[in-house]
Amino acid sequence: MLDKNGIAKRIAQEVKDKYYVNLGIGIPTLVANFVRNDIEVEFQSENGILGMGPFPFEGEEDPDLINAGKQTITALPGASFFDSAMSFGMIRGKHIHLTILGAMEVAQNGDIANWKIPGKMVKGMGGAMDLVGSAENIIVAMMHTNRAGQSKLLKECTLPITGVKCVTKIVTNLAVLEIVDDKFKLLERAPGVSIEDIQNATEGDLIIEGEIPEMKL
Amino acid sequence: MAKKKLFKLLLFKVTPYNLNKLIFSILKIRILDDKLKTKMINKVVKDAAEALQGVSSGMTLMVGGFGLSGIPENSITELVNLGVKDLTCISNNAGVDDFGLGFLLQNKQIKKMISSYVGENAEFERQMLSGSLEVDLIPQGTLAERCRAAQHGIPAFYTPAGYGTEVAEGKEVREFHGKPHIMEKAFEADFAFVKAWKGDHAGNLIFKGTARNFNPNMCGAAKITVVEVEELVEPRALDPNFIHIPGVFVQRIYQGKNYEKRIEQRTVRQI
Repeated sequence: MLDKNGIAKRIAQEVKDKYYVNLGIGIPTLVANFVRNDIEVEFQSENGILGMGPFPFEGEEDPDLINAGKQTITALPGASFFDSAMSFGMIRGKHIHLTILGAMEVAQNGDIANWKIPGKMVKGMGGAMDLVGSAENIIVAMMHTNRAGQSKLLKECTLPITGVKCVTKIVTNLAVLEIVDDKFKLLERAPGVSIEDIQNATEGDLIIEGEIPEMKL
Repeated sequence: MAKKKLFKLLLFKVTPYNLNKLIFSILKIRILDDKLKTKMINKVVKDAAEALQGVSSGMTLMVGGFGLSGIPENSITELVNLGVKDLTCISNNAGVDDFGLGFLLQNKQIKKMISSYVGENAEFERQMLSGSLEVDLIPQGTLAERCRAAQHGIPAFYTPAGYGTEVAEGKEVREFHGKPHIMEKAFEADFAFVKAWKGDHAGNLIFKGTARNFNPNMCGAAKITVVEVEELVEPRALDPNFIHIPGVFVQRIYQGKNYEKRIEQRTVRQI
């Protein structure tokens, strides 16, 4: 079973050379720490930067330089700043190759719910609906089950959805899965996790074909 | 030797032809200066109080910034001073309890917020749950584009963002390239409050870092655009090649003061 860093490490393998990548808040943010340094990649933060770098050293924080999570960041060589309309133009216009974001629920048809829990304070969707509405390559980073132990990979989302039929891949603490023909196709198991463990933690329909290899981390 | 050369050069230069040219060019500059050169349109106002003249209760206001970055601190303070009420605010976020739009919330001046994310504000939550504050949550890219559409005179546009979700309820759906999109309309606002890094007397603006965010998109997206700048500079001080927003989108510009520029999530690298 993986921890949050393990999930991020596995997702980092999906980041390819020359990719522009948008990282969501939470586990996705950690992905930047594990991307191979022999490839060329730029991270976008939808508040208006391409070429986002790591957090600044203490004393070098700049209130005019933050990411979408309002955290202080740095700009790498080759970085650029732009306004919000242009930022979402990049996203809507499919110029960003990969979107990695967290989720509360994913349905087997690729629907995603990650913005609202009825009865709780609704904070808003931020840029999530724009991202899932346009991006063609969306990887969800999340725990396989919620705190109550219920599956987050469902036949249908129970929470209000953020986008329809948009998720391509899911990396959880237990497995890597792909959405194929409105089902979850199991691709890889986390170290020490059996197929049965994954079946027990998945409410939606699973496709299990042939040998399912363990993740290489 | 060198002196002799220089003298020769000078001597060579001062021919009747060259002299004519020289006199003409001096004349040309003078003519241009006096007759042909139009005057720049001066947008400068004295302070926030003058900049906010005409703001009244019940108006719809655009407020730039993302989180607390790039918010028009001086204009917000002046809105508090004016005490105008029943405001509809279009702004990506709603500030925090004791900064940014949080000031207006504490003062119960806002009737409705149109935002994409409002999670950092306890007073906001209290007013929203008690029903005294109306909230319209819309996708961030749609928010930006609705500003941009207003700025550019485009009444509406189609976007895939929010299709199939509660955001799409009651909105026209059309298919383009085999994919459903929803129609979103340009905002209509009375005032836009913008914060820029540098601006000149003509209202030309340059923004800094990610403090740019929604600010450029709101310029010219309301009936009156009020810009506060960290540095108000003389005309010609900004290179026209590096202007982010031309002054045509700006009605009033003033020198802001006492910027706090608070950081919402101070994060540093662990060594």
